Amino acid sequence: MIPELGHVALIIAFVLAMGLAVVPLWGTMRHDIAAMNMAPSLALGVTVFVGMAFALLATSFLQDDFSVAVVAANSNSLLPPIFKFSALWGNHEGSLLLWVLILSGWMTAVAYFSRGLPLEMVARVLSVMGMIAVGFLAFSLLTSNPFERLLPNTPLDGNDLNPLLQDPGLIIHPPLLYMGYVGLSVPFAFAIAALLGGRLDASWARWSRPWTNVAWGFLSLGIMLGSWWAYYELGWGGWWFWDPVENASFMPWLMGTALVHSLAATEKRGVFRSWTVLLAIFAFSLSLLGTFLVRSGVLTSVHAFASDPERGLFILIFLALVVGGSLLLYALRAPSVASRVSYTGVSRESLLMVNNLVFTVATIVVLLGTLFPLVMDAFSLGKYSVGPPYFNAVFVPLMALVMPFMTAGPLSRWREDSAKRWLHELLMPGVGVLVVALVLASLGRDGFNIWIALAVLLAGWVALGVIKDLWRRIASAPDGELKWRRLTPSFMGMTLAHLGFAAVVLGAVVVTQGNQERDLRMAVGDVEELGGYRFELLRLGQQAGPNYLAEQAVFEVTRDGQIIAGLVPEKRRYFASGQIMTEAAIDASLWRDLYIALGEPIGEDAWAVRLQYKPMVRWLWLGSLMIGLGALVTALDRRYRSQAVRKPVPTSGVAGLAG
Amino acid sequence: MRVKKFIPLFAFVLLTGLLFRGLSIDPTALPAARLGQPFPPFAQPELLSGDEISDAALTSKPALVNVWATWCYSCRVEHPYLLSLAEQGIPIYGLNYKDDSAKARDWLEQLGDPYRLNIVDVEGSVGLDLGVYGAPETYVLDADGYIVHRHVGVLDEGVFTRDFSRWFPVAATSESMPAAGGRL
Amino acid sequence: MRRVEKVLILSALWCLLSVSLGARAVIETYAFSSQDLEARYHLLSQELRCPKCQNQNIADSNAPIARDLRVVLFEQLEAGATDDEILAFMVARYGEFVRYRPGMDRQTLLLWAAPGLLLVFGAAGLISHFRQRRVRAPGVLTDVEQDQIEQLLREPRA
Repeated sequence: MIPELGHVALIIAFVLAMGLAVVPLWGTMRHDIAAMNMAPSLALGVTVFVGMAFALLATSFLQDDFSVAVVAANSNSLLPPIFKFSALWGNHEGSLLLWVLILSGWMTAVAYFSRGLPLEMVARVLSVMGMIAVGFLAFSLLTSNPFERLLPNTPLDGNDLNPLLQDPGLIIHPPLLYMGYVGLSVPFAFAIAALLGGRLDASWARWSRPWTNVAWGFLSLGIMLGSWWAYYELGWGGWWFWDPVENASFMPWLMGTALVHSLAATEKRGVFRSWTVLLAIFAFSLSLLGTFLVRSGVLTSVHAFASDPERGLFILIFLALVVGGSLLLYALRAPSVASRVSYTGVSRESLLMVNNLVFTVATIVVLLGTLFPLVMDAFSLGKYSVGPPYFNAVFVPLMALVMPFMTAGPLSRWREDSAKRWLHELLMPGVGVLVVALVLASLGRDGFNIWIALAVLLAGWVALGVIKDLWRRIASAPDGELKWRRLTPSFMGMTLAHLGFAAVVLGAVVVTQGNQERDLRMAVGDVEELGGYRFELLRLGQQAGPNYLAEQAVFEVTRDGQIIAGLVPEKRRYFASGQIMTEAAIDASLWRDLYIALGEPIGEDAWAVRLQYKPMVRWLWLGSLMIGLGALVTALDRRYRSQAVRKPVPTSGVAGLAG
Repeated sequence: MRVKKFIPLFAFVLLTGLLFRGLSIDPTALPAARLGQPFPPFAQPELLSGDEISDAALTSKPALVNVWATWCYSCRVEHPYLLSLAEQGIPIYGLNYKDDSAKARDWLEQLGDPYRLNIVDVEGSVGLDLGVYGAPETYVLDADGYIVHRHVGVLDEGVFTRDFSRWFPVAATSESMPAAGGRL
Repeated sequence: MRRVEKVLILSALWCLLSVSLGARAVIETYAFSSQDLEARYHLLSQELRCPKCQNQNIADSNAPIARDLRVVLFEQLEAGATDDEILAFMVARYGEFVRYRPGMDRQTLLLWAAPGLLLVFGAAGLISHFRQRRVRAPGVLTDVEQDQIEQLLREPRA
């Protein structure tokens, strides 16, 4: 009964979404206020019914109702309850429901927070989001019904959740990632609404900016969690693989990065308006493209969902309608008059353009690398693989290129600045950072390392610029008093995110360059040294988990006679599926991780063991966390909150310039 | 000026075309790297006689080269079909891949021997030179001894009719042709 | 129909054998004669793709074929082969597909040239954009101001 109710709820949500897609938009054409006013209620209605469907599916999972196909395929009676719940989105059908739930959540949030916006704008935005909801609900109902039953052949027990997904990181990674993916539909909807209404002005940018920042922040956090999960769960200590599925989430992030910066210029100065709209369309298009790539089976990946060409075709048609329609609208309606605002080549505008250029090129390059094998295959030119060596070779220089400009960005002035002033501001810090970089890079184990020198130089350069900017803000008053109140949330968020970026770059380069790794045969009593640490294998043992049996190896790590950590890597055998999983043991700290993973047993009392010393690997996730949180913080800025109470359009430009 | 605004749409249409094409491509299907080349030279023992043989021993052409092993479950499944192909007069050479030769001889004794010759490849070195992923795999040598086709996985009538029959027209029986074209 | 199903199941099984073990770390204890060889082994085993896996390099894959290729890699390194020779050896047997870093040739020209070309064209576009901009006299209205004027003209205060 419960699954049928869920199915009905999903159908009702679909009907309401149809209403949302059509009625308010029709209202804007007919100037029918009643029709436009229906938008928020319809959005709420969709959310309520999708939420019901979601809750009912969760109930089926928690109650072990194996007559439901997805439950039977992805859960098991022995599974701990929290994983029964997260198993809901560990599969194609359930994760699609989560997608729609989050989309409707964003819709409701837009409806709630945009009460002060012009009614036509709200109606258009919600209608556009309604159309997206219609597409995804139809996709769910027609090709991937999560409530499908296995009657009368109900299995006695389920197949179990893939052990890789039985992990706390995987409970929150997909929801966060989808918050980001789907959240990009909000700036998209605002862009389309603006094109439909024919008004692309600074106030449009100001409405859509907090939403963009929040969505992009969630996307950053989601990607961070995915990388962290891969690091400790896949068992070999890598943190980024350039797998098509990773690229699918990374491309919207890269485009989103360009969008966030371009929006800043559009909001504050009214420049790059067409370009910003185009970026908003691209960012969400790339998240739809990611959905297509992950679920259609067009590319091979370790992480992809079970693929199905029929589903692929459905998403492709949907993608073609949404993106094709948007780009056609853009071609017809985007302002073709060049911006009349004046600015010079040496100004904050120009630096933001450099950001946009680099991140757009980076997006295209990742897209090209991801699709290249498909292109060659489609033209029967042979089978190719494009992997980490290619992406690193082209991506790293691009990031290195953008960093020098990043420092000048926050310090620079709008409209017109002078290179002389930049030099004056940044010469001393630059020289200081250069010296520090040269010294630090020579302290390494193998002598001077040019890559670490460059990383410290660039990251330190960015960090110094940020700190200098921070200081200038709070200390520039003539009375010498510190002006903390000048630190607005949007400034703090930007500062945090830029520092986070520097931390990520530094962590990535140091861990890549300084990683030490040894694959060894170790028996009980054996002692090995790595990175100045002494690893002793004390004993072997077994430990029963709720749904697995683990072989354990107990290690003691010491340094200079002092005990640093006891580490217990495991090799688990899951009962239901018989799958074997490596559980690495990690001693984490700010400056280094010690990482032990078990391979295969060798003989009676020995194991193949991988010991790793990973310097500064935590900086990757710490930095990403700062980027994500920084983006979220910017949305707290007063000027976004006040938009609800005042009539925004006439004063926006002035407020923006002053802020 | 106006035309410029259509560039993104145009690029997207191209991309959609590519993705649509991609739906009907199997990314895991790999053509053999050795296609169009002669069988790689080798000098290995023959499974039953124990004599050392070389690539010159693959005399009857066109022929099939079947990669098999007793540890490979699917090989047992395709074995009866190989026997029926041999009965129709199609020359099949075996490559006994990373296997125990004694077990392999037992297998042939019990299940029948469709092979003209069997190359013993305990180390897998011939397999490596050929670009083998695993067993079972079946290669086609054309009349000149060049590798012209490779099939990965179980060989059955459907696959044979679809992919192999142009080199072996005699054996292409017209009875019961299963719906070909799906991704197997 | 029966037979097709059976083949489907079998090929699924065949794939599973090579794929389902993916979550196990591959840890092997080769005795390298020098640290330099070991470092090259790590680099090359990450650049070579397992031919029959779902997008994994041979270093991370448990598939039998990946294990075989690691052995070959180890032996060739110890025998003194250069990186190029080893890559050529692998490509001859398993095709361009085994290289995660596609070789530079006519077919892959676009792939390798694209980043540089895009950057150059983009930068040229930006520079010409600023050239045009410099000609414009300062003091004209900003877009924001222009919008405000239009706004005021269009809808008189209600």
